[in-house]
Amino acid sequence: MKSMKKHWYDYLWIFSLTYLILGFFNILFAWLGLICFFVPLLISLVKGTKGYCNRYCGRGQLFGLLGGRFGLSRKKDIPVWMKSNWFRYGFLAFFFVMFFLMLWNTYLVFAGAQGLKQAVTLLWTFKVPWQWAYHGTLFHAGVAQFAFGFYSVMLTSTLLGLITMVLFKPRSWCVYCPMGTMTHLICKAKNR
Amino acid sequence: MVKNRKKRKALVQQSYCVACGCCVKVCPVGAIQIMNGITAQADPSTCIGCGKCAKECPASVIEIQEVED
Repeated sequence: MKSMKKHWYDYLWIFSLTYLILGFFNILFAWLGLICFFVPLLISLVKGTKGYCNRYCGRGQLFGLLGGRFGLSRKKDIPVWMKSNWFRYGFLAFFFVMFFLMLWNTYLVFAGAQGLKQAVTLLWTFKVPWQWAYHGTLFHAGVAQFAFGFYSVMLTSTLLGLITMVLFKPRSWCVYCPMGTMTHLICKAKNR
Repeated sequence: MVKNRKKRKALVQQSYCVACGCCVKVCPVGAIQIMNGITAQADPSTCIGCGKCAKECPASVIEIQEVED
């Protein structure tokens, strides 16, 4: 029998939860989310594995806990189209476009062509006023603009993940997670 | 009386597997592995066919199949 003992990395969901909460108090903490972008890419590029998904992804663990132990999931099969390559790659491409749009908006603030917008955009559409989490920045307003934009990405993906967690299996997000799809592609290219 | 209960084993439909590793975490005998970050693979000699991985898999790509000895 394999030992089912817990490892330190089984508690990384605490970090993911803390990250989301911190964004309600000071938006600049959103920058920490870059860890969840660079670490999985580095692991897949250097080791050629999906070690991040497999072990360290706190968000996946959070969905697993809420949908599993807390019973907030119907535990039904995800529709076939959602696991198809065209949907997964399409969602990755869409995510990329929206991400670069966010970077462009950040650039405009850095360039002084646009003022800082103290709002979080949910599902790429709904602008939610978020000024309570902004207390000024030591650096340029663009630094804060990136934080608002990046937190929007993180909160939006959490929201989507929660919806599919409830509808389908707890970690349904893992099926179409853009980071997962990207690291999957890297592993396929590396281990061909 | 002849005992003819067939053995059950996990089989991964690899074309749809996203290699997330949820199955690895729940396997009680460590029979399932992620190969090169591409797909999960169950070792039939270790697998006891309990079905925990199939239940857990977010893409539902693992099937428990009866196999001949």
